[in-house]
Amino acid sequence: MQTKYLIIGSSHAGLSAADEIRVHDSDSPLTMISMEDCLPYSPTILPYILEGKVEEKNVYLRDEKFFQDKKINFLRGKKAVKVDPSVAKVELDDGREISYEKLLIATGSEPTLPPIPGLKESPYYVLRTMEDAKRINAAAMQAKSAVILGTGLVGMHAAEALGRKGLKVTMVELLPQILPGYFDAEAAKFVQGVFTKHGIAFYLNNPAVKVESSSGTTKISLKEGQEIEGELPLVATGVKPRVEFLRDTNIQIEQGIIVDEFMRTSQENIWAAGDVAQGKDFFTSKTGLNAILPDAYEQGKIAGLSMAGDPAVIMAFEELGQELAFSYPGGINRNTFNFYGNRSFSVGLALATEEDGYEIDKMFFPGGGVYQKLVFQGEVLVGAIGINVTLDPGVILNLIRRKVLLGNVKSEFVVKPLEMSRQLMWSHWRGVAVKRN
Amino acid sequence: MPAYKTLVVHPEKCNGCGECEVACAKVKANTNDVTYSRIKVIKGLKEEFFGPVVCMQCGEPNCVKSCPAGALTKNQKTGVVEWNKDRCVSCAICTLGCPYSGIYYHPELATVIKCDHCGGDPECVKVCKPKALEYSVEAKVYEEQGQLEDLFGPDLAACMGCNMEILVRHTLRHIGPDTVLAAPPGCLPGVCAVGFNGATGTKVPSFHPLLTNTAAMLAGLRRYYKRIGRDVTALALAGDGGAADVGFQSLSGAAERGEEVLFICIDNEGYMNTGMQRSGTTPFGSWTSTTPVGPGLRGKTRDSKYMPLIMLMHNCEYVATAVTAYIQDFHEKLEKAHQASKRGFAYIHVFSPCTTGWRFPGDKTIEVQRRAVATNFFPLWEYEKQTGKLRFTRPVDNPEPIENYLSLLGKFRHLNREEIDHLRRTAEERVRILKAIEASGLENYRLAS
Repeated sequence: MQTKYLIIGSSHAGLSAADEIRVHDSDSPLTMISMEDCLPYSPTILPYILEGKVEEKNVYLRDEKFFQDKKINFLRGKKAVKVDPSVAKVELDDGREISYEKLLIATGSEPTLPPIPGLKESPYYVLRTMEDAKRINAAAMQAKSAVILGTGLVGMHAAEALGRKGLKVTMVELLPQILPGYFDAEAAKFVQGVFTKHGIAFYLNNPAVKVESSSGTTKISLKEGQEIEGELPLVATGVKPRVEFLRDTNIQIEQGIIVDEFMRTSQENIWAAGDVAQGKDFFTSKTGLNAILPDAYEQGKIAGLSMAGDPAVIMAFEELGQELAFSYPGGINRNTFNFYGNRSFSVGLALATEEDGYEIDKMFFPGGGVYQKLVFQGEVLVGAIGINVTLDPGVILNLIRRKVLLGNVKSEFVVKPLEMSRQLMWSHWRGVAVKRN
Repeated sequence: MPAYKTLVVHPEKCNGCGECEVACAKVKANTNDVTYSRIKVIKGLKEEFFGPVVCMQCGEPNCVKSCPAGALTKNQKTGVVEWNKDRCVSCAICTLGCPYSGIYYHPELATVIKCDHCGGDPECVKVCKPKALEYSVEAKVYEEQGQLEDLFGPDLAACMGCNMEILVRHTLRHIGPDTVLAAPPGCLPGVCAVGFNGATGTKVPSFHPLLTNTAAMLAGLRRYYKRIGRDVTALALAGDGGAADVGFQSLSGAAERGEEVLFICIDNEGYMNTGMQRSGTTPFGSWTSTTPVGPGLRGKTRDSKYMPLIMLMHNCEYVATAVTAYIQDFHEKLEKAHQASKRGFAYIHVFSPCTTGWRFPGDKTIEVQRRAVATNFFPLWEYEKQTGKLRFTRPVDNPEPIENYLSLLGKFRHLNREEIDHLRRTAEERVRILKAIEASGLENYRLAS
């Protein structure tokens, strides 16, 4: 079979690219492959299915009608097993071959398994697909205790969900703090305290060294000698790009697929976007993974524009020079995390310290459960953490992304970040400040 | 993409009273706690300014794209970005996506909140005394028009930037197919109405009367159709030459007799079609090819005649002035004129800038009209015989300096202070007369008729 556009993957990056392509090219054949036999959904929703906050039938991001209306040939339950850029073909697990003119790889990521002796041989759970979520929910009906390896967002969300179901939850982390990707030690400690109050047990700085299982119970031995037993062992130690099927192509892959600012890979007519892509970093000249939802749809959009030959991309690239083009501005780490009635967010270089040469402003009322950290580099905001503070995370992100010079309002920004960030939004991108006499 | 109603913010009018926040919290959460308000007034910390901020209902909303639960959707019919409580998991990732502070996480509700235009009747707009908030329905016109058949063919042969195309397409769409169109000599016949190779550019019957007899022929046609029992609108789209000058005697006669005709004068202030000669509606001081500017001459030496008032004194059913820049206003007048033309004579005088003859860039056609209205050079009003009332439809109480309008146009480039003052006084005088009529009405005149 032949198609003009082929998108492997049907989550945020793939859908965003498809939307963009259809804006420019409403008719050319567009095929989307999903390895799961269901409508598109976001992996981000899965912890909420554990929590029971939403029913499975309500999580799908598009319905059948969408694919009909947009003339997208949606192949479900099909996995790409091989890509051959030299003849522009993709082979599926059912043996079928699809010829493409333009290919987007948006296969996302899959859980990593830490090299712990015995882990592979024991039954364990991960949380990456709808099937995973269903399996965990079924197991949680029977189990009385769970042990979670890893304290990233997936692990923490799962801990709250399983804890609320009445399981005794124990968490194991190799690093000295929880949520190491988003929070500094102080913030992490506060969050941990909330979880502890709700009965979640933690072993930090204390990696698992051995996993054994017998008759429905898994025993995990830690480096410091403790032994933890749990009926529901969940591995949440992170994710890695799903690139295995590309290993014997010449598409350049490091941690993920290397992409330029238009999400183009090293091979002609192949793009990559989302968790699978290794794009440029916003703050440094390096490239890196930024496996988060907001980056996935942004990258997907740029890939789609580029694939469809959007004039803003093409003209800018060919005539105006790359710096003026509509291109990927670079990944900024960011997320929100709501837990046990608390709210928090983390944007940009949230982990930066004064030793690294940044100016840090912290406000901490542990009793009130409030923590706010603002990170400045000279006149510019580069990072922020907020726990139970009223700020607009999107406005903070834009102050960082636009590198808004704070100048003489910086001191006031530190005191009243909500008011000042909104005021800066108004004067920089939302409206124009109207002076009065 | 369809056009939508929008919540327009005029920050320069905002006085920071906060009534909008109170009203929003009240209607949305039944509380006086303004943290529940979907609209926020940003207040300046150092300088004094106020900026009302509310969801922009973006065309490509980041919040929608970043929602992992499909709980946010752009309603393609209303344009509102809708939030579905049953699907939301309160992850708040949308608040990271929105750069405009349009969607907030409310800690007590433990959900996000955002503006939904109150289902099409925003409470905040109703309570905003300084009118800093406006619920604009202008876009509705384009949506309605989109449903109607375009009764002109494609590829009209007008000058680039000509106001004609937007004007005639809107007009015929609105008036509909049961129409006979008369287009006397002028720009419109060349643009499309006469057509090419034996076919007209219109999908309704159209004919090309002489400059002198447009209204007379239409009057006869209307009477004929009426006699055979068909309700056909008799529509004239004539230039200022075909209305105010050469065509005036038949127009005046038809209006005086109360013929059931809808006569639209497309006033581009001169004979632009034949080489930009001056006409009776060319304003004082204008450059035209017959009123040149040089060492001896300084453009037109006489004032223009104010056709709309002349027609008002013809005892018409309906008289209005209009511009396409305020299209909603134009459509409202078209509707009234169309109805009035079933009872008697209806006249609309459309101010129609000519990019070629007035000498301004083709992309400024709308801007020129806006400035003409804002400076009171071309005030917008209507008169309805049924009420005897003259009404300003877009009153300008504090007009901009007339230079804001004149400076846009090459035909006025040579004007000196004195000449500009003369034009300003002329404009002021017209507004003064109109206001006098507005204040006193034409009640007696109506009864006499």
